[in-house]
Amino acid sequence: MAITQEFVYLKPASLKETLALLAQHDNFAILAGGTDLIDMIKEGAVQPDVVVDIKGLASLSEIRFKGSTLDIGAGVTFTDLIESEIIKEKFPVIAECARTVGSLGIRNRATLAGNICSGVPCTDSGPVLCAYEALVLTEGPKGARKIKAEDWFIAPRKTALEKGEIVVGVRIPYPKKRHSGCWVKLRRYGGQDLAQVNLLVLAFEDGTFRISYGAVAPVPVRAKKIERMLNGQKPTPDLLEKVTRLVEEEIKPITDIRATGEYRMHLAKVMLARGVEAAMGRLDGKGPEYGKSVI
Amino acid sequence: MKREINFVLNGERVSMEVRGNEILLEVLREKLGLKSPKCGCDKGDCGTCTVMINGKTVRSCLVLAAEIDKCDVLTLEGLMQGGLTPLQKSFLEHNSFQCGFCTPGVILSATELLRKNPRPDKTEIQEALSGNLCRCTGYSPIIEAIRDFSK
Repeated sequence: MAITQEFVYLKPASLKETLALLAQHDNFAILAGGTDLIDMIKEGAVQPDVVVDIKGLASLSEIRFKGSTLDIGAGVTFTDLIESEIIKEKFPVIAECARTVGSLGIRNRATLAGNICSGVPCTDSGPVLCAYEALVLTEGPKGARKIKAEDWFIAPRKTALEKGEIVVGVRIPYPKKRHSGCWVKLRRYGGQDLAQVNLLVLAFEDGTFRISYGAVAPVPVRAKKIERMLNGQKPTPDLLEKVTRLVEEEIKPITDIRATGEYRMHLAKVMLARGVEAAMGRLDGKGPEYGKSVI
Repeated sequence: MKREINFVLNGERVSMEVRGNEILLEVLREKLGLKSPKCGCDKGDCGTCTVMINGKTVRSCLVLAAEIDKCDVLTLEGLMQGGLTPLQKSFLEHNSFQCGFCTPGVILSATELLRKNPRPDKTEIQEALSGNLCRCTGYSPIIEAIRDFSK
């Protein structure tokens, strides 16, 4: 299907040039991987006058680990994340998540920044960034801003990005405490599918946890009540049973084409118990290897 | 507004003008006469439009033609310039297609997989092909062809 609406395609070579272009045009769309944007344009859901391709900005395609922060540029694809040595070494759970996004041909193109700009409830990157307490880095007319991942997602397809702004990357602080993680994604079959429920569990050596759900509320959910009940406790079957009851207070899954709300709620509990168990196992070097699904 | 793009297509330099809103898949099929990439779902889910850009498979239905300026584009026609590839021969031996609509995309995805991972197991093959839908074969003969080839 041809795109019927007309727009101008521009490909600036620097961030400065990009910001100047954005200041000149009111109705623009930023193009990185295009796996969501082009589809939206085809459907007429987005009708830009100008499409600004940011793949010419070399600095945005970098993954940098400096000091104790990881910067992922807005042009970094999911395949880049999977193949990155630094991600493999320091953030293996990010690669574990990236491997479940779309399919090979989508991951080769789609970016993590694009994923959070689309801001759909089933975003896979959302729970990861929320649990890691990441910052979304933007540039725009008011200068640079750093927005907490938790504040980034406002409603389905609505983010904290303001008019005239562009996401240049995300910044993930490397936790000081030794930790491990587990990414759990429920979908209808093993291949390319959007999440019915997704979950990131981070387990720290001092017995604390960070837990974030996706696809079970309008935006990703940081499950702080669950974290508080788990923190410092030995996750015995009894405690896990108690904790899973808290899931009902944290999430509000809906019924849609991919699953019923009841099914999502039930599996969200199962996933939590298995995710906590796997993350703790990995902390001791005993859990399933990264990439091996626990559901 | 038209824009000039220069790229390499199946080993040959191409220079042409495209409009900002033209889709790569349409330009390949309608202007450059390459019919191996197909339009299936037209939204990136089915994989029939798969081509390679700089050695990586992409959904050409979700790429603007303007984006491929200075890129290296490969379609199945380019992959088999020297005749059928050994992988294609394995597909023939295993009857890995019926209507053939998905096959160009499947071959390209499998080619990318085998370049990175010459000895994939069944799960790895299934994962690499999960974005290429086949409505005829039930996938088994496709997976067998790739496994047999990579033994």
